[in-house]
Amino acid sequence: MLHMERACPHLGRASLFCVVVILVVSVGFLSTAPAQEETFEISLAGAQTPAPPGVPEVHDTPYDAGGSIIVSWTLSADDGGGKNHVSGYDILRSTRIDGDYQVVSSVTKGVDRYVDTSAQDGTSYYYRIRALAGEFFIDSSPSKAVISSQQWYNVERSNLLVIAAILSFFIIFYITRAKKGKKLFIRRIAGLEAVDEAVGRATEMGKSILYVPGIQDLDDVQTVAGITILGSLAKTIAKYDTKLDVPVSRSMVLAAARETVKQSYLSAGRPDAYSDDIVHYVTDEQFGYVAFLDGTMVRNKPAACFYLGSFFAESLILAETGNSIGAIQVAGTAQPAQLPFFVAACDYTLIGEELFAASAYLSKEPRALGSLKGADAGKVLASLAIGFGVLFETLRVLTGSQAMAKVSDFIIRLFSLRF
Amino acid sequence: MSVVEKLGNVDRRIIFLLIALAVIIPLVFNISFMEHPTPIVQVIFDKIESLPEGSKILLPFDYGPSTAPELEPMATAVTRHCCKKNHKMYIMALWPTGQAQALRVIENVIEGEFPDKVYGTDYVHLGYKAGGYGLINTILADLKKMYTTDAPGTHIDEIPMMSDIQNLRDFAFICNFSAGFPGLKEWVQFAGDPGDIPVAGGTTAVSAPLLYPYYPRQMLGMMGGLKGAAEYEASLVHQYPEYEQVYQRAIAIMGPQAIAHLVIIIFIIIGNITFFIEKKRQKKVG
Amino acid sequence: MRRRIPIIITFVVGTALILAMFIPHTPFSSLDENLSVYFDIIAVFAFILGGGNLLRVHLVRIQRKKVDWPYSFVTIIGFLFMLIIGFFKIGGPPGLTGDFLAEGSWFRFMFEAVFNPLQATMFSLLAFFVASAAYRAFRAKTKEATILLISAFIILVGRTPIGHYFTFWLPKQLEFLHIPTLANWIMGWPNTAGQRAIMIGIALGVIATSLRIILGIERPYLGAEK
Repeated sequence: MLHMERACPHLGRASLFCVVVILVVSVGFLSTAPAQEETFEISLAGAQTPAPPGVPEVHDTPYDAGGSIIVSWTLSADDGGGKNHVSGYDILRSTRIDGDYQVVSSVTKGVDRYVDTSAQDGTSYYYRIRALAGEFFIDSSPSKAVISSQQWYNVERSNLLVIAAILSFFIIFYITRAKKGKKLFIRRIAGLEAVDEAVGRATEMGKSILYVPGIQDLDDVQTVAGITILGSLAKTIAKYDTKLDVPVSRSMVLAAARETVKQSYLSAGRPDAYSDDIVHYVTDEQFGYVAFLDGTMVRNKPAACFYLGSFFAESLILAETGNSIGAIQVAGTAQPAQLPFFVAACDYTLIGEELFAASAYLSKEPRALGSLKGADAGKVLASLAIGFGVLFETLRVLTGSQAMAKVSDFIIRLFSLRF
Repeated sequence: MSVVEKLGNVDRRIIFLLIALAVIIPLVFNISFMEHPTPIVQVIFDKIESLPEGSKILLPFDYGPSTAPELEPMATAVTRHCCKKNHKMYIMALWPTGQAQALRVIENVIEGEFPDKVYGTDYVHLGYKAGGYGLINTILADLKKMYTTDAPGTHIDEIPMMSDIQNLRDFAFICNFSAGFPGLKEWVQFAGDPGDIPVAGGTTAVSAPLLYPYYPRQMLGMMGGLKGAAEYEASLVHQYPEYEQVYQRAIAIMGPQAIAHLVIIIFIIIGNITFFIEKKRQKKVG
Repeated sequence: MRRRIPIIITFVVGTALILAMFIPHTPFSSLDENLSVYFDIIAVFAFILGGGNLLRVHLVRIQRKKVDWPYSFVTIIGFLFMLIIGFFKIGGPPGLTGDFLAEGSWFRFMFEAVFNPLQATMFSLLAFFVASAAYRAFRAKTKEATILLISAFIILVGRTPIGHYFTFWLPKQLEFLHIPTLANWIMGWPNTAGQRAIMIGIALGVIATSLRIILGIERPYLGAEK
């Protein structure tokens, strides 16, 4: 400082001090700048491109309607961590191996599979996977060529085809036997035996019969079963000249039920007794329909109520109301959750498959009865499969045997959607 | 008619009146009981609790106004839990009435209790789409094929949280609230099982027995009816005591349900006692 | 011919749909979905048939002053009112393509203020009917009825919080007798077994019925046999 004062006598002491400080700081900066630059370079070097993902494996999606290719790859070593954190992948596609690759889709980190559903059948595609790490990325090598196509047969469902074929064989076999005049034994179904009793009771009392074919539309097989039974019932009712009331909740059921009842009355020789108002539409809305039915029951007090079709929460409301008016009630549904309510509140209940057997039972048509026997044969097969499955699974648990495990797994797969 | 005969044939109107009182009195006097979650419900809570923050959860609302008293409490509790854990909620419906039900929960829970949640970033309402299990089948492969906009009409590509969703496999968990068909069973059969996606949910007490076959292999857990909802709420309160002050609807309604069940049991006992007395009397006479 | 053509159509379409389950190639892959859509379209047009029938039946009742004809008047007014406010989106955003459930629309108001409470009311009838049905049905008349009765008790108590208080004091070795545990066991095991058995029977019944319809043995869509 003294030297500087002597060298620069025109500068004041404070100014001189500032100059010295500036000089010292500059020297310090210059001496450390290379170190800072070094740090900066290290940062840049640290933010390198990530490790590339593996070469994608591609193949046509099997057993589909085409336009779909499965792309899978090994994840980048920097996936979700590592020095150069990979946050996701782009799937790139081109029609030429050295062509212009376009991004088809993106997936997040950790995902090593993508199904490209935008492919065109018959066109060769090549895929690359781009690993993304912020502003850096790296592409994998291109895949081999792949072409998507449609298949004519889904091999994975062969087990279902075999089961369907076996069941169909039994049903058609027994139908054929019935057609040839072979007598088939069908056990007594109490609910269906009571149909005549119910119709007779209504006729004696001079009251109507209420028939409810369920709340679902014509695409439900339970509704179809309900309408078929309505046909048989309507024939009996026409003969006894009893009043029939069929409120429906679907417009197409209205059309089908009306046609059925009309034909029944015609075949019973009572076209004069038929009226279009027998079958009438109420509403599609579940509880609106139930409110109407309850009101009808309480006001008109039918002597017999039939609930045959698909029902949901309204089953107990209907059954209890029918019970309160003293009507004889016959119910049938294939909704397992509603069966307990019908069983508790109705006089007779057709449980599950008995609803589907009813039309054959009432008509005594040989071919229809034959199909019941065929379904029963299917039930025997199902019971055997369950028995064997339980046996092998129990043996597997008890012995820990791999062989038992294989057999048990085979039986499970045999009855799965994908074999 | 003797007393025994009268007790054996009680007028149904008296039964209805007593049931009404059994429900009204506990509601008026806030009688409720402590709930203890069962494993089948606790597993759902544990799943949502254990998922890392920001996990994608699909919440399909498949019920209508008639079953809302049973299902809305569980939907509320689960949504509240997802918000608390900062998960991303993707809301949709397979029932037409489900869309409006979902809107109620969004307004009451997400917008009402978590105003910091941003639409499009933290939650999205995809709305109702027809198709039932066919729709589930399609979105298992390609969700954007069916959903081109969300419920209010914004294009799907403009919604930030939809950018990395290709199909159902991108979800960490599917929690469905269903009152029937299509519902939880279809989600298990067409999404959970083939897509290997964890699926659980809640359903009405009447439908619950049908779903037990799927637990625990194909269905992670299940909240059956109001009891299931109350158990979930109890788990939530146990984990986050601040919710003790918030009205837990299912727990509150379980009080009247418990009393009503007791009344039904008493009637059944009375009915059986009179039945046996009558039987004995007839044997003596015989 | 009038009866033969529908039977042929049923056979062809039914068989095609069964095959579509195993053939992924177009057009089979989308046959199920397309036919479901066609059915929905037909069902929508069939609404006109149903609505027309509803109006006709109730108008005739009013005209002939049949029993309870004022209720028919209420039905028609309600039907037409909801139809008009829903179709013309009254109260909501203008235009026929707007959302009929939009905030402020009359339809939304009627849905929330009238329809929802009515639906909930009808559904709540079940609570009362369950009580009266249980009182009447759960009598120990036979051995099976007694088992049903005991199961019903356990489930009724076990599905409420009270179930815990009855048996929480049981030692760990007897934990299986804890009422909620018993209730879950009944639901998960015997109930499940029964449900599965019924479902298998139903599935086979559906297969048999479907085959009968496809093969033309049963023709409910044609009306009863002559």
